[in-house]
Amino acid sequence: MTRIEKSAYFSRRALLKAGGALVVSIGAPVTFEFAQADDATTAMSVAVKPALTPDQLSSYVAVNADGTIAAHFGKMDMGHGIAVAIGQMVAEELDAPFSSVKVAMGDTATSVNQGGASGSTGVQEGGKQMRLAAAEARRVLIEMAADKLGMPADQLEVTNAVVHGKSDPAKKVSYSELVGGRYFNVPLAWNGKIGNPLLAPGKATPKDPKEYRVIGQPIKREDVAPRVFAQMDFCTDVKVPGMVHGRMIRPAIAGAVPVKVDESSIKDIPGAKVVWNQGFLGVVADKEWDAIKAMRQLKVEWSDAKPPFPNQATAIYDYIRNAPVRKKEVAGKTTGDVEAAFKTAARVIEAEYEWPFQSHASMGPACAIVDIKDDQVTLWTGSQKPHFTRDGVANILGVKPDKVHGIWIPGPGGYGRNDAGDAAMDAALLAKAVGKPVRLQYMRDQGTGWDPKGPASIHRARAAIDASGKVIAYEFMSKGLPRVDVNSNESQPYDTLAGQLTGVALKSGDGFAVPQESYGFDNKLTYWETVAPLLDRGSPLRTSHLRDPVGPQIHFASESFMDEVATALNMDPVAFRLQYVKDPRDIAVIKAVAEKAGWQPRPSPRNDQAGAKVSGRGFAYVQRGPTRVAIVAEVDVDRSTGKIWARKFTVAHDCGQIINPDGLRHAIEGNVVQGISRTLWEEVKFNSKNVTSVDWLTYPILDITEMPEVIESVLIDHPEIEPSGAGEPSTRPVAAAIANAVFDATGVRIRRVPFSPENVKSALS
Amino acid sequence: MNQSNSLQSYSLNVNGAVHKIEADEDMPLLYALRGDLGLNNPHFGCGLAQCGACTVHMDGQAIRSCITPVSAVGDSKIVTLAGLGTPDKPHPLQTAYIEEQVPQCGYCINGWLMTAAAFLRDKKKPTDAEIKSALEGLKCRCGTHMGILRAVKRAATMMG
Repeated sequence: MTRIEKSAYFSRRALLKAGGALVVSIGAPVTFEFAQADDATTAMSVAVKPALTPDQLSSYVAVNADGTIAAHFGKMDMGHGIAVAIGQMVAEELDAPFSSVKVAMGDTATSVNQGGASGSTGVQEGGKQMRLAAAEARRVLIEMAADKLGMPADQLEVTNAVVHGKSDPAKKVSYSELVGGRYFNVPLAWNGKIGNPLLAPGKATPKDPKEYRVIGQPIKREDVAPRVFAQMDFCTDVKVPGMVHGRMIRPAIAGAVPVKVDESSIKDIPGAKVVWNQGFLGVVADKEWDAIKAMRQLKVEWSDAKPPFPNQATAIYDYIRNAPVRKKEVAGKTTGDVEAAFKTAARVIEAEYEWPFQSHASMGPACAIVDIKDDQVTLWTGSQKPHFTRDGVANILGVKPDKVHGIWIPGPGGYGRNDAGDAAMDAALLAKAVGKPVRLQYMRDQGTGWDPKGPASIHRARAAIDASGKVIAYEFMSKGLPRVDVNSNESQPYDTLAGQLTGVALKSGDGFAVPQESYGFDNKLTYWETVAPLLDRGSPLRTSHLRDPVGPQIHFASESFMDEVATALNMDPVAFRLQYVKDPRDIAVIKAVAEKAGWQPRPSPRNDQAGAKVSGRGFAYVQRGPTRVAIVAEVDVDRSTGKIWARKFTVAHDCGQIINPDGLRHAIEGNVVQGISRTLWEEVKFNSKNVTSVDWLTYPILDITEMPEVIESVLIDHPEIEPSGAGEPSTRPVAAAIANAVFDATGVRIRRVPFSPENVKSALS
Repeated sequence: MNQSNSLQSYSLNVNGAVHKIEADEDMPLLYALRGDLGLNNPHFGCGLAQCGACTVHMDGQAIRSCITPVSAVGDSKIVTLAGLGTPDKPHPLQTAYIEEQVPQCGYCINGWLMTAAAFLRDKKKPTDAEIKSALEGLKCRCGTHMGILRAVKRAATMMG
């Protein structure tokens, strides 16, 4: 490609020297060879799309023949409406109408791997690249217009996708006249990376935020109407000619493998077939209901596996405490000498917190469709990372990635590495085995019981206080199951159930994290430790990323602890934090939320309420990358039942430049509701044999009858600061804010999630 | 192909049209709608009547098609989300859902819209508590409940 790009640039310069006009022809399709020969007259545009590589402008932006603009986005929208924000960023830089920009996501044939939905980087990383590409496209289009109009580029500007003279608007040419239906042939300075860190700027400098017209506007999603009129297919709705339906069969005792499978036990079911390879066991049938019947009816003898887990979910905390440390890392800003400072302390405050395994429990269990035709494979997936899923399917089938076409279609919910990645790999093995396209969907118990889990953890904090009441040292430690037993993408078989169950050598991930804040204690140490999983392969408790990976658990502990220290010092929790927080943007969100919530300074707990029903308020603040969130929760607690109503939330949110305030408000609201759910209700239960949270009765989530009265947001806009993530940060402080409010109401500090009525009543008695 | 002996013939009246299918008598209606009729609106969420993703109307009542055997439908009239309204003639709830920009992933939508539609038809000017009570137990994993409540209230106002 490089050679061709260079020749294109050379011939364009030669052409300009010769005084020739730029001829843009929209003719019949031409071969790539012809396009090369055509370069002399087409310069920065070609009739055949250049290869889909990250270093080509055409991989991100194209002007269609009808004047609409195609934005090919290598991330996807898992429900926060990010396509609107990306469309705004592209429209802004191109000076094109927002309505003319069509954002296409997650098709490996039309977009490069920008990392999929991942770590709240949709705008922060993915949008950054789309902005740079759109700015470069505008620069190139103006150059083309300069040639066409015979005017210097600096005398031109763009209005609604029409390039025209600044002083002579009658001299004009539209984007579609310049390049419509053709493709940019412009190299970008790609940093050589794929995924989230992919960056490929052109020569253009993006706009000054002062000139923004589209960014900052509350623009609505266009994909709501197709959903409410049932006109949009989900991944689960894909139908392929000749397709059969698949179902997987999982063991009753985690770790058991089939030793005898009686295929004759399903012979009365039309088209039913068994696919069995070591621990991998599935069935297919022509009709979906028949596949379910076959799954239930198949007689299987399982190996005599030793039950791998403790006998109850809460026993996990002792396991974590006592298990050898597998990996340890000091992280965050370490200052001073913590051990020495603790020796001089007048008082030491210590506490330990616990967080359970949690499930994605997506609205429907995952689904994938795989069609293998000769050496070409097509995958339809709801995975948040279809490019990596494409790689995974290629790897498990033993074909090259360019032989697999991955197509993302919205699936039944996704909040990280859920069961979608496993479904794609299972479907690939089923399709290969039966020689037909296979649509696989899991059952509810498999979706909740066998998805990768958010890890359980314990957290210890201690603070040293001197005689004057100053915090002179702070130490915070997390110890837990690793944040990733299986990677947050499914590009390698060892990161999937299918791979692990068919004997692929393990390569478990590892790691945890530390609190993100700006407390400027003189002596400070934050670190984490991980322990080995209870079952090393094919485990229903294998861990991976769940919305704000390890963030809610860490900050439940760290921000509960800050309140514990404030209480010990008889200080108002907000005033205490403001005494130590250093970062100006952190201070701003803290003050903003306190003002909006009408926070009256006083220490916690209230200690002025009698009777069963009491109320309290709680505060928490966090950073998540460059984003900051502060939150006030107001709760009612019924001490006779243990029932908590998380009644009101006020959120102050600073993610730098706001692209779409409407989308941002909706994202915050959903994050807060999901955060309440995870705090009050969610715990993956298990016994020694297996996970027992397998449906909505055994894995309850927040019900509509338990919703807050109000969730208010203060959106702090910094147009001058690059936009940062908003998909997850507001989930992060919710648990601590509720815990602090419950303490304020009751005077009882609860240090273990979830705050279910049963657990709260027990803690209060 | 080896055919099961238990297949029965059924005539299903769905969104005003009658469809003839052959199925096991214990096959849930959901699989007839999705598989035999090719409708993409009702979704499989749990198969246990715990979430609502498969909700349709049967003679005007919101039911869970994932546990309703096809043999129990008889000549009842089934209406799915696609039969509730169209872009040209939307149900007020569909209009309100768009106005309030409710869904995230949207997989849960059948449960909320079909249940709320049956509720608002019978209950004019409901209180917030009555709306919540009518929708109790339905699931939305993305946490869009605040928007759902705004939309149902908006639709209730539109319906007088």
